[in-house]
Amino acid sequence: MNVHEFQAKSLFAQFGVPVPRGKEITSPDAATAWANELNTPVFVVKAQIHAGGRGKAGGVKITKDKAAVAGLAKELIGKTLVTHQTGSKGRVVHRLLMEEGANIAKELYLSILVDRDTGWATFIASTEGGMEIEEVAEKTPEKIIKEAVDPAVGFQGHNGRNVAFALGLQSIEPAVINPFVQLLGNLYRLFMEKNAALVEINPLIITKEKTLVALDGKVSFDDNAIFKHEDVQKMRDLNEEDPLEIEATASNLNYVKLDGNIGCMVNGAGLAMATMDVIKLAGSEPANFLDVGGGATKDTVAAGFRILLKDPNVKGIFINIFGGIVRCERIAHGVIEAAKEVKINVPLVVRLQGTNAPEGRKLLAESGLKVDVADDLWEAAQKIVKLTGKAA
Amino acid sequence: MSILVNKNTRVVVQGITGKEGSFHATQCKAYGTQVVAGVTPGKAGQEVEGIPVFNTVRDAVKKADCDTSLIFVPPPFCADAILEAADAGIKLVICITEGIPVNDMVRVKRALRGRDVRLVGPNCPGVITVDEAKIGIMPGFIHKKGVVGVVSRSGTLTYEAVHQLSTLGLGETTCVGIGGDPVNGTGFVDVLPLFEKDPETQAIVMIGEIGGDAEEKAAEFIKKQVKKPVVSFIAGITAPPGRRMGHAGAIISGGKGTASEKMKALESAGVRVVKNPAEIGHAVKTALGR
Repeated sequence: MNVHEFQAKSLFAQFGVPVPRGKEITSPDAATAWANELNTPVFVVKAQIHAGGRGKAGGVKITKDKAAVAGLAKELIGKTLVTHQTGSKGRVVHRLLMEEGANIAKELYLSILVDRDTGWATFIASTEGGMEIEEVAEKTPEKIIKEAVDPAVGFQGHNGRNVAFALGLQSIEPAVINPFVQLLGNLYRLFMEKNAALVEINPLIITKEKTLVALDGKVSFDDNAIFKHEDVQKMRDLNEEDPLEIEATASNLNYVKLDGNIGCMVNGAGLAMATMDVIKLAGSEPANFLDVGGGATKDTVAAGFRILLKDPNVKGIFINIFGGIVRCERIAHGVIEAAKEVKINVPLVVRLQGTNAPEGRKLLAESGLKVDVADDLWEAAQKIVKLTGKAA
Repeated sequence: MSILVNKNTRVVVQGITGKEGSFHATQCKAYGTQVVAGVTPGKAGQEVEGIPVFNTVRDAVKKADCDTSLIFVPPPFCADAILEAADAGIKLVICITEGIPVNDMVRVKRALRGRDVRLVGPNCPGVITVDEAKIGIMPGFIHKKGVVGVVSRSGTLTYEAVHQLSTLGLGETTCVGIGGDPVNGTGFVDVLPLFEKDPETQAIVMIGEIGGDAEEKAAEFIKKQVKKPVVSFIAGITAPPGRRMGHAGAIISGGKGTASEKMKALESAGVRVVKNPAEIGHAVKTALGR
């Protein structure tokens, strides 16, 4: 789960990571009121959406004029921002972060995440603050510093010093070395205690006053651990999520909307991905990833149908079930029952394999439903692509 | 011969009195697996389909002489369950549970380092040695005794591959599900040498997916140390970057972990990479010259 920058920064503050004084703003009046309280030479107004690249898209405004903040807030709230991470439709801005400006002497990059190779929480740092880390990694990999923290003992001072000296802080600004080491320790604590999946500060700045400030902040959380943290649950912003994905989550389905027009419903994540791939090989594009899980029932199948059919791009549906513990005739019953509840007005191909597959196929064939039944994966994929036309 | 488990493997099921635990313990036993004990704290003295239940894994080891554990404990308690098994002297821990917090697995993996215990999973279908022992949730009947070793990050996609191998008359030796989580126990590089050494295994099917670099690591290993033919399918060529595709570990992040990168690495290591998952079985058949 992702959260907004203002929420990330409130967590930073809670864990002793210095941030600019700032506040979430949802109206021009509130912007004026906060500007009066903030009383600073430079005001920064930042659109809050769950996507990077806001600056380039015009989502960050800076002014020295206190009287101008209301106008900037008015301009940004309700505006649709299109960045390289939002897709072409962009995201509507509902809230802003308004904070004090800072005197930047140097920008750094800092993040922490679990390195899948070692299985240890690992800091990634670079002197190329403000740039996308992927770009730095590609063009100048020698500028990426990594430091893994042994989970048996947690963060130690030397972890922080290793990063500080590798970055060259001794020549950039020796006064910030100790605060930097402390900041890394605090960030590690935040990462572990809140079960974050990623904490990123880009840029982490050294100010002209020789202090460190997290000028931007991004935190995402491990979905499997959100149950532990009520404060994190409250940070969820449904405006930032696809409505169909919200509905799927409520029905315990794993759904990711894509841009193609063949809706697919599959049991198991790996097979669901493979099904998408096979649709592409057959000459079309999948409209979604949908894993109905190992224990697919009539209800989950019906919920799956409803979600698939709400996507106007869906021109055909491909159900691919490998019956293991789940028996295929149960799935067939589920499809038949669900089809009675949900009007299916697009071609439907059902491929059943595994436990009791012949019985399942027979049930479907005799159901009177307009459905193509298949037993082979490749054959089924070709069928649905043909039935939907070469729409892709 | 086979790898990891066989007819002599003695299994304790942790979480045996739960819905999943009792169902699958029964299924495993029916397949012929020696399921000799179950553990649910506070339920010692009960039985599940004739399998005695103990309060602790330590008791189960002492009284039922088990060496392998199969875990169905709910995610919040799984780290504890895995470590309990290791502390009790269990040598192979197979964890089926999906949804364990990553940071829990970080601690568990560290705690198991250097100890004489192997963890398979979590978030995996388990391990099966055909006609000997089924220790997991896979449907036993699709398997057929044969010559192909299967190692996979996925569940139902593995069944798909196994089905093809069985239908074509090739059959399997052992199938290992290593699971779809970003931090897991056994990886491809741990299983590949076991298959390479196993005299019954003549070919290896490796099923990967987007996310991480386990497949790239496997490619390096195969290049240097695997002589048997390897056929591979990598799921997720159509997956968009930055989105988690069901499995916690199936995500392309920072442009890394794409299916095409993995395929390229494997191809350069001499692996036969199939783009169509329906062709896994045929590719193995060709590789074996049958």
